[in-house]
Amino acid sequence: MTSATLTSGATLGSQRVSEDVRYNEDAIRLFVIAAVFWGVVGFLAGTFIALQLAFPALNLGLEWTSFGRLRPVHTSAVIFAFGGNVLLATSLYSVQRTCRQHLFGGEGLAKFIFWNYNIFIVLAALSYVLGFTQGKEYAEPEWILDLYLTVVWVLYAVQFIGTVMTRRESHIYVANWFFMAFILTVAILHIGNNVNVPVSLFGMKSYTYVSGVQSAMVQWWYGHNAVGFFLTAGFLGIMYYFVPKRAERPVYSYRLSIVHFWTLIFLYIWAGPHHLHYTSLPDWAQTLGMTFSVMLWMPSWGGMINGIMTLSGAWDKLRTDPVLRFLVTSVAFYGMSTFEGPLMSVKPVNALSHYTDWTVGHVHSGALGWVAFISFGAIYYLVPVLWKRSQLYSLRLVSYHFWTATIGIVLYITAMWVSGIMQGLMWRAYDNLGFLQYSFVETVAAMHPFYVIRAMGGVLFVTGALIMVYNLWRTAKGDVRIEKPYVTTPHKATVGAA
Amino acid sequence: MDLDSITVMLRSFWTVWLMLLLTGILVYAMWPGNRRTFDDAAQIPLKDDGQEL
Repeated sequence: MTSATLTSGATLGSQRVSEDVRYNEDAIRLFVIAAVFWGVVGFLAGTFIALQLAFPALNLGLEWTSFGRLRPVHTSAVIFAFGGNVLLATSLYSVQRTCRQHLFGGEGLAKFIFWNYNIFIVLAALSYVLGFTQGKEYAEPEWILDLYLTVVWVLYAVQFIGTVMTRRESHIYVANWFFMAFILTVAILHIGNNVNVPVSLFGMKSYTYVSGVQSAMVQWWYGHNAVGFFLTAGFLGIMYYFVPKRAERPVYSYRLSIVHFWTLIFLYIWAGPHHLHYTSLPDWAQTLGMTFSVMLWMPSWGGMINGIMTLSGAWDKLRTDPVLRFLVTSVAFYGMSTFEGPLMSVKPVNALSHYTDWTVGHVHSGALGWVAFISFGAIYYLVPVLWKRSQLYSLRLVSYHFWTATIGIVLYITAMWVSGIMQGLMWRAYDNLGFLQYSFVETVAAMHPFYVIRAMGGVLFVTGALIMVYNLWRTAKGDVRIEKPYVTTPHKATVGAA
Repeated sequence: MDLDSITVMLRSFWTVWLMLLLTGILVYAMWPGNRRTFDDAAQIPLKDDGQEL
C-alpha cells in the first residue's frame, strides 16, 4: 500500500488557513466519526426489527428486545443520531467556508455540543429499551431528556448563527439559509411538542399538557415538520453546498434556490394534518393539510431540478465519480419521494394507504434514498479533506457501496408497495353479504413474504454501509487501493479539435 | 376602533399578507438588477478552501 498523505509530517492538529481565517476541523472530525458509527448501529437496528416482523421469535421473549421498544431505538438512531451528526458535521463545516469565518465559540463549544448531543442519544436509547417513552412518534424521549436536548440545541443555534453573524462574506449563501431554517424550526417544534407535566420531580413519567385531538394535531405538526425541516431543509443545505462543491460548478440557478427556500418554508409548516385523515380532526383541517401537501410538489421539484441540473454540461462525472453519483441519485430520490408524499396525502389515496406498509415504504424511499445517500456523498467528500488525504482509499468501493445500497432500497420499497397496497385492499374487501372478506390475521400472513424481502433489502443496505466504513478507515490511515482508475474520456468535440 | 379590533381585522386577511410577502420575495429573486449579486453568490462555495499549514 502506498501512502497518500499530502505531507508526511502532517498532524491532525494542523489547521486550514484561508487568508487569515483558521477553520475549526477537530470537532467536525468527531461528528463525522459519530455519524458513521450511528449510521451502522441504526441500519443494523432497522434490519433486526425488520427480521422481527418477519420472524416474531426474534423478539426473544424479553421486554427489552421487543419490537415496540427497539423500533424507536432504530428511528432515533437513524434520524437523530446518524442524520443529526451528519447535519452537525456538514453545517459546521460548510458555514465556515461559505462565511470565510471560523466557528463562533470556537472548537471548545463545538466539542461541548458534540459530547452532549451524543450523550443525549445514548441516554435516549437506553430509556427506550428500559420502557420509558412519551409515546409520541419521533419524540419519544421523556421530559428530562427533552430539557437536556433543548440546552444542547440552543448552543448549536448560537454557534451556527453566531458564525453567520460574524461572517466575512457579505452575502449569506443559500445553504446557510436552509441550515438556519432547520435549526430554528426544530427548536420551536421540539419545545412546542414537549410541553409536558411531569408526574413527580425525580420520576421519568410525564403527561402532555394538551390532550385529545389537539394533542394529536400538535404531535403531527411536530412530526411532519421534523420531516420537513430536519430531514428536508437540513439536508437541502447539504445539497446546496456539497453538490456544487463536488461537481465543481455553481448551483444551476441561484434565483431558483431563493424561490425554493421561501416556498418550502411557507408551505411545509401547514402539511401536518395529512397524518390525521379520517380521524376526529375537523374536516377543514384535514383538507388544509392535504392542499398544502399537494402545493409542496412545486418547491420540492424546483429544488430537485436545481440540484440535478447543477451537473448540466458535466453529466459524464456521474460515470467517473461515484461520490457525485451518490449525491445526485439522492436528489433524484428526493424528487421521487416528494412526488409520492403529496399523492398519499390526497384523502381518497390516503384512505387506501394509511396505516399500511405503503407509508413505511414511502418513508424509507426518502430516508434511505434521499437522506442517507446525500449523507454518504457528503461523508465521502469530507473524510479525505478532514484527514488531509489526497483521495479516498478506493472509488471502486464507493461504487460497490452505491450499487449494493441501491439494490437494497429497490427491494425495500417495492416490497412495501406491494405489501401496503395488498394490505389496504384486503382490509376494505367485502363479500357479497356485506361482511369483511378477510380477518386481520389473514392480512398479516399474506404480508410475510414481503417482510422477508424487505429484511433482505435492509441486509444489503447494511452491507453497503460496512463497505463504506472499511473504505473510510483505510482513507483515514492514508492508504490508496491499487485498482483500475475511472477514466474521464475527453469530449468528442475536443478530440475533433485536437 | 380600538387596537384589538384592528388586529382581528388584519389577522382575518392573513392569506393576503402572506401572499404579498411571497410575491415580494419572488420579485426580489427575479429582479434583473439583482442578477449580478446572485451570480456572485452562487460562486461562494467554489472559492478558495484554504491552505493547510
